[in-house]
Amino acid sequence: MTQPRAEALTISGLDCFYGEVQVLYGLDLVLNKGEVLCLFGRNGAGKTTTLKAIMGLVPSRAGSIRVDGRELTGLPAHDVPKAGVAYVPQGRRLFAEMTVAENIEIGLMARGKGKATRENVLELFPLLRQRLRQSSGTLSGGEQQMLAMARALCLEPQVLLLDEPTEGLMPSMIAKIRETVAKLRVSGVSTILVEQRVDAVLSVADRVSFIENGRNRETVDVEKLRADPSAVRRYVGVG
Amino acid sequence: MHFGPHLLLAALEGLVTSAVLALTALGLSLVFGVMRVVNVAHGEFFMLGAVLAWAISTAISGHPALGFLAALVLAPLIVGLIALVSERLVLRRLNYNPEATIVATIGMLYIIQQLALTFYGPEARPVEPPFSYRILLPWFGYSGYKLSIIAASALLLVATWFVLTRTRIGLVMRATQYDSETAQAFGIPVDRVYAGVFALGAMLAAVAAVLIVPISQAHYLMGQDPLLLSFIVVIIGGLGSLRGTVVAAVLIGLSDGIISVFFSPTLAKIIATLLVAMVLVFRPQGLFGTASR
Repeated sequence: MTQPRAEALTISGLDCFYGEVQVLYGLDLVLNKGEVLCLFGRNGAGKTTTLKAIMGLVPSRAGSIRVDGRELTGLPAHDVPKAGVAYVPQGRRLFAEMTVAENIEIGLMARGKGKATRENVLELFPLLRQRLRQSSGTLSGGEQQMLAMARALCLEPQVLLLDEPTEGLMPSMIAKIRETVAKLRVSGVSTILVEQRVDAVLSVADRVSFIENGRNRETVDVEKLRADPSAVRRYVGVG
Repeated sequence: MHFGPHLLLAALEGLVTSAVLALTALGLSLVFGVMRVVNVAHGEFFMLGAVLAWAISTAISGHPALGFLAALVLAPLIVGLIALVSERLVLRRLNYNPEATIVATIGMLYIIQQLALTFYGPEARPVEPPFSYRILLPWFGYSGYKLSIIAASALLLVATWFVLTRTRIGLVMRATQYDSETAQAFGIPVDRVYAGVFALGAMLAAVAAVLIVPISQAHYLMGQDPLLLSFIVVIIGGLGSLRGTVVAAVLIGLSDGIISVFFSPTLAKIIATLLVAMVLVFRPQGLFGTASR
């Protein structure tokens, strides 16, 4: 299924530190245009750090992160979203005291998008339309996740980073999130998805990268993984 | 004077105090709310506003209203600029670390105070009020200017509320306050927001000082009381809550006015401080604050 395609995002030789503690060791990663790439690995392997490094929220000491040929390392964090990268953080991180409409407005402001984008996003999550005036902290977990994704999609991103979007949600919500990711792939958005659950991965991903100790050990096509799930056991110890 | 009119007079005096206090405390509350910086030098920005008001109004000849209006516009702008420079030179370099910025702003307090002493001197100097109209009530006459302070403060508070809740600038400020990391992920230049908020906070203190200086006088040590009272107001009202700040300022100002008139100013301070202690024990997030997540 994956023929050689244009690259949406390329990470090479990325070193990242929290203070003096090194978390990423020369991480390499390629995200092709229009694919869903899943980062899979144990807690503390460096998946979330990889996403934060792409967003410029964790400084990188070495290596490069390129989107469409544009170097992101060295950009101030607030300029990264303007390059077309949107982020749905772990735990959603909504502006909880603000209304749904205000959260969406913040997303729209990031790249100066207007009414048309807002309509498209609300079309994707019709439930949010009835909640616009509601304070976002009072939404249910699934609705909050939808809002976090809606807020990110207001950037009309080329690259979408999703950090454990199904964490703590009920099965019907997980299905809905998965469906949305699939829809976005059809519309040409390239997605990096961080996941802990292998079943959540197999149904939506095109390829899977196994992250271990801050390195990308192996990137496998999802068909291969379905046929032979031994890699999951090797890197994560479950499955 | 009978009790009723006496109470009215005390309440009016208290409201003037409240008006100035609300503006000053709002500046402190904004800076803490958005930047998590406890600005100990806040009172010095207040003092600078008053001293600059004296300098500007004496430099401009003609009707006192002219000099006062110039001061009302220019003094806060200059103070805002000074705050902006000190934010870039000091707070930003400390990475807005909560402990380090307390110590740093204590340093700023002394630097600003001593500079004022050096260039302005130890005298207390008056600024002429822009008008001296007296409103005649059946029992006593009352300064029209003092009433205009209350009106001006109310207007500025409403304007601040409007900016915070109804404009994009306010949206960006609130997003930065709630989650600065996520704000950055949505293209908000957090360090520029910080610089703006710090300048805005100082400007609110400076405006308050310009308003009060025609009835109190400019002095290089005048920043200490407003700082203390602002902290009291912000703790009682709840940090980062505009409504709480205003309610607490009215409460403290009114009780200060009324208790000072009928009993003694010392008792007023004792009660205000006791109130702070009670709030800290029973409702640490303040009357209108939300508990931290």
